[in-house]
Amino acid sequence: MAEAILEVRDLHKHYPLTQGILFKKQVGAVKAVDGVDFDLAAGETLGIVGESGCGKSTVAKMLVNLERPTSGSIRYKGDDITKLSPRALKAVRRNIQMVFQDPYTSLNPRMTVGDIIGEPYEIHPEVAPKGDRRRKVQDLLDVVGLNPEYINRYPHQFSGGQRQRIGIARGLALQPEIIVADEPVSALDVSVQAQVVNLLENLQTEFSLSYVFIAHDLSIVRHISDRVGVMYLGRIVEIGTDAQIYDHPTHPYTQALLSAVPVPDPEARAHRERIILTGDVPSPANIPSGCRFRTRCWKAQERCTLEVPLLAVPAVYRLTDSPAKHDSACHFAEEKHVVPTEEDTGNGGEGPGGNGGNGGEGMEANGGAGPKSL
Amino acid sequence: MLLEVRDLHVEFHTRDGVAKAVNGVNYSVDAGETLAVLGESGSGKSVTAQAIMGILDIPPGKISGGEILFQGRDLLKLKEDERRKIRGAKMAMVFQDALSSLNPVVSVGDQLGEMFRVHKGMSRKDARAKAVELMDRVRIPAAKERVGQYPHQFSGGMRQRIMIAMALALEPELIIADEPTTALDVTVQAQVMDLLAELQRELNMGLILITHDLGVVADVADKIAVMYAGKIVEQAPVHEIYKAPAHPYTRGLLDSIPRLDQKGQELYAIKGLPPNLLAIPPGCAFNPRCPLARDRCRIEEPPLYDVTESPVKRSSACHFWKECLHG
Repeated sequence: MAEAILEVRDLHKHYPLTQGILFKKQVGAVKAVDGVDFDLAAGETLGIVGESGCGKSTVAKMLVNLERPTSGSIRYKGDDITKLSPRALKAVRRNIQMVFQDPYTSLNPRMTVGDIIGEPYEIHPEVAPKGDRRRKVQDLLDVVGLNPEYINRYPHQFSGGQRQRIGIARGLALQPEIIVADEPVSALDVSVQAQVVNLLENLQTEFSLSYVFIAHDLSIVRHISDRVGVMYLGRIVEIGTDAQIYDHPTHPYTQALLSAVPVPDPEARAHRERIILTGDVPSPANIPSGCRFRTRCWKAQERCTLEVPLLAVPAVYRLTDSPAKHDSACHFAEEKHVVPTEEDTGNGGEGPGGNGGNGGEGMEANGGAGPKSL
Repeated sequence: MLLEVRDLHVEFHTRDGVAKAVNGVNYSVDAGETLAVLGESGSGKSVTAQAIMGILDIPPGKISGGEILFQGRDLLKLKEDERRKIRGAKMAMVFQDALSSLNPVVSVGDQLGEMFRVHKGMSRKDARAKAVELMDRVRIPAAKERVGQYPHQFSGGMRQRIMIAMALALEPELIIADEPTTALDVTVQAQVMDLLAELQRELNMGLILITHDLGVVADVADKIAVMYAGKIVEQAPVHEIYKAPAHPYTRGLLDSIPRLDQKGQELYAIKGLPPNLLAIPPGCAFNPRCPLARDRCRIEEPPLYDVTESPVKRSSACHFWKECLHG
């Protein structure tokens, strides 16, 4: 793996719950993020998936410093951005930009597109001198596939997909190294989602960006990500390369999540094993002891109530070369094949299906070799 | 046939002009059958459903033509009080966003019980007992204790179960589910879809599932109607459509799903944007975005061709469906 540009260690965000009107006393905390670790290498895309309330958006906000962590560190090229002076922080912020989920509410309706995309230059005038800004904004519009002549239009004159392009242009304005994209396509129509995903991928190559891509759509995350982390109730429960996570998941939650995703292939209906979890995600104000997934887990035993499983390579796979050798926070981690993809495309019987299968194998082998070279 | 929609037209009169939301839709559902209506926002899928239920806002909406036959009777010719007897009792709807569809200041039990009090004239006490029974049926744990709680005290998945319970209350023959799981998480979505499918089997109901999710459709539907700009562009049994779409729009949608064997390649994307309903392009509405479009497509509006090649009936509104199907 290339050198880590962003190192997140033991990140926590607790929102206090208070009682009383005059004398507020803390009676508990909503543990939105409760111990998250990951690295982001330069030029890579890290996908973060999880259900609503798992803390993935809070992580995103902390990465761009919109929320201050309760504890833990976020190191950007070695500097802990949670402890920087305001002046130093401003310089770092230029390099970590965000693209928001909802293109309808994240653009100011009273500002023209030119003002929206150019606003970052007001804060960081060193990037573009005043006389140069209009041209820069027009270049950005061109880069994201919008007509540069639209510079004086207002957000309501654009469709959802176009607005998201404006949001992306604003994120690119300061030539950042890292873009944190929080559900960037989930508010868009199916036929437009692919356009925006392609745009993000092209921009990554063109400007050598690193992405933290947060989403709940597992197929899009797989498509765009080099590595994927699965979050549950404030923690990463499993992390690895995309092939490791999707083809060789070892954590029961990942397995359930993957098996629950509707597959756009009616032939898969019959020979597909689905793990339907019972119940709902527990409240982050009242996290179960031990393993936080145990209340919905079919494997849970007494040990799971007592002992918090750590995010590490499971002991059974530690000495193997198996693609299941990646970090998983489960006492009883065991590989289980849940995504019926390769065989099914193979069943198609034609050339593309067979090639797909081989391609998959190749990727796994690379995935296995990656961590070893560390 | 349980429900048959014939050549339905709905338009909205707005300040900027007439928006043609539904332009000649035909579809049908039988008892025990699941029809998935697939389309993007603005394709007219929800408006059609609202017209069937009789909950369209008129004005600004206007049903400008067509028939909706429910068990042989044309609903559009019925008086409002007759439709009221059908709505809820014989056909019911599950809405997308349970939190905004439930009344926040009335307890869940009272909202469920209202169905029985209004339609069946039950007493408050009997209605409450029925409500508990329903909540049990949609597997809400501790139904007896929770019947007096308010919507905000339930999680998203539980609220959607209550919506389903409410739709099922009077054991209707037809259920219209408008994006029933879009607001839910994947693991909860699987629970709710399973429940819906199971209850449908049990009661032998017809189900119209309105969605934009190709995955959900593949999981539960028997047949599919794909809508674009207020029209059905393709209709076929689910297996056929995924195997070989006969309309370039369907093909585009299927191709734009990320697939395992295409990792690292550019995704196929349908170019352009869905049309403005105030100014639908002449000829085929899809022609500005279509890779197969020719001059004919810009002039002549394609009818819904019968494209049946195998024993199963299917149709496509593309002049060049043969090319799409085989190419």
